[in-house]
Amino acid sequence: MQKTFHSDVPSNPAISLTDITAGYERCIVLSDLSLTIATGQLAGIVGPTASGKSTLLRIILGIHPVNSGQIRLFNKPANKIHPGTVGYVPQLSSVDWNFPVTVEEVIAMGLNTHGRVMPWLNKQERATIQSLASRLGVENCLKNHISDTSGGQRQRTFLARALINNPQLLILDEPTSGVDIKTQHEILHLLNDLNREGMTILLTTHDLNAVASHLPWVICFNRSVIAQGRPADIFTNDILTQTYGGDIVIVKHQGHLLIANSTPLDFG
Amino acid sequence: MEFLLEPLEYEFFRNALMAAFVTGVSNGLIGVYVVLRGMSYVGHGLAHAAIGGAVMAAALNLNFYLGACAMGVLAALIIDIITKNNKIKLDAAIGIVTTAMFALGVAMVSTLKNFRQNFEAALFGNILGITGSDLLLIGMVGLVTLVVMFFSYRSLLFSTFDPEAAQIFGVKRKSVQLLFSLLLTFSVIASLNVIGVTLVAATLIAPAMTARMLTDSFGRMLLYSGILGATSNVIGMYLSYMLNVASGTTIVLFSALVFVLSLMIKPFRGH
Repeated sequence: MQKTFHSDVPSNPAISLTDITAGYERCIVLSDLSLTIATGQLAGIVGPTASGKSTLLRIILGIHPVNSGQIRLFNKPANKIHPGTVGYVPQLSSVDWNFPVTVEEVIAMGLNTHGRVMPWLNKQERATIQSLASRLGVENCLKNHISDTSGGQRQRTFLARALINNPQLLILDEPTSGVDIKTQHEILHLLNDLNREGMTILLTTHDLNAVASHLPWVICFNRSVIAQGRPADIFTNDILTQTYGGDIVIVKHQGHLLIANSTPLDFG
Repeated sequence: MEFLLEPLEYEFFRNALMAAFVTGVSNGLIGVYVVLRGMSYVGHGLAHAAIGGAVMAAALNLNFYLGACAMGVLAALIIDIITKNNKIKLDAAIGIVTTAMFALGVAMVSTLKNFRQNFEAALFGNILGITGSDLLLIGMVGLVTLVVMFFSYRSLLFSTFDPEAAQIFGVKRKSVQLLFSLLLTFSVIASLNVIGVTLVAATLIAPAMTARMLTDSFGRMLLYSGILGATSNVIGMYLSYMLNVASGTTIVLFSALVFVLSLMIKPFRGH
């Protein structure tokens, strides 16, 4: 039974999934799933590996077919939405880092939705890339090969590609994976800033502590929505055990939630 | 200087040189996508499938390219059906379908003795084999390739680098894939008489690999690969004339030599 720590059903949902059933070949991953994300929300989906988090994102993005159900974005069928409305940042681990592209070329890929076909960038496009790169702190590595950048710069490069059309909805798959804790903190702060400017943001993550301290809304997910609400309401032993299937310790320290597995490895 | 000008007195060499130049540019450009999409085996397979059609067309007194093209498209369709409906991977499907079609061509050649010489030319390339109408067709394929690749640069790059994200950002992934497959098929078939079935895949791959060694930028890789493809084909064609060796072999050997040199000059950094 899903627990929702929020009484209002958003009247203006950015994402609305109704009775979604989807999977791979003969394996159903999501069954009769319904989920609504309000416009202007900054929400994180947490759950164990193979819980269907990425499949859920792929369904919202329209790149994974559904067996049944309805997907609406901003009150329109998902396939009627202009491509520039949604920005997407993939998992860094899925990127081919040997591919011969520079940071600038990656960011410029986002301009594809503008319908311009000339291979080169015009003045306005260059200015847009430069200004976004400056905002995200990658202006000095625009001419670098994508692999000649730090973990944080890599994440910001793909974030810049996603933001170049000024999307209404930003979807990120594991943006906190593969980066150090400082970069993680910077990325989540940046997402908070974007959210304050009105952008709806949905991300998946494994990092419960980062979610607890940076995100206002959390969805605990394991093939279905176990619970959703503010981290302080959601991160309870009961809900996290249901989500992860194991005992989890939650400690409150100076107003912060700290979450850990209750059975540490024995190195003795 | 005379050794460069002397062969140009012959019409067959002028035709061959122009054909080599055009196929060098188009194969060089398409080769970048072939290498980066991990489709090197596709070009090789397509060429082998096409030869079966070419032989059949010759036996029926039809156009060589028409038969090759029909068989190339048929091979692509059968491969698509096999990989869709069964649990067989693309490389295995290419292996069985295209080799069977090649075998069909070889079987037909053994019954058509007068076609044997043409068949050898189709296998390894023959500078004597480029006629005016061949040149026209090669020129058209080259022009179409250049125009399509110019106007599809952004969508081809995005869908090669990150196919799923490209789709999310509005790239029509299936249309781009179909367009690219058609370009590849036409380029392979247009190169058959110049380079030959068995060697055409190398002219798709070698210039692109050399270009990759020289740059980290996609745009420059395309430029370098086109230039390297054209240069290798032209020099290979001269070598073929001078050494009296099949043109496909000299072109591929020269391309391979350039690749080895690029390895020695700038070892792959391996990011």
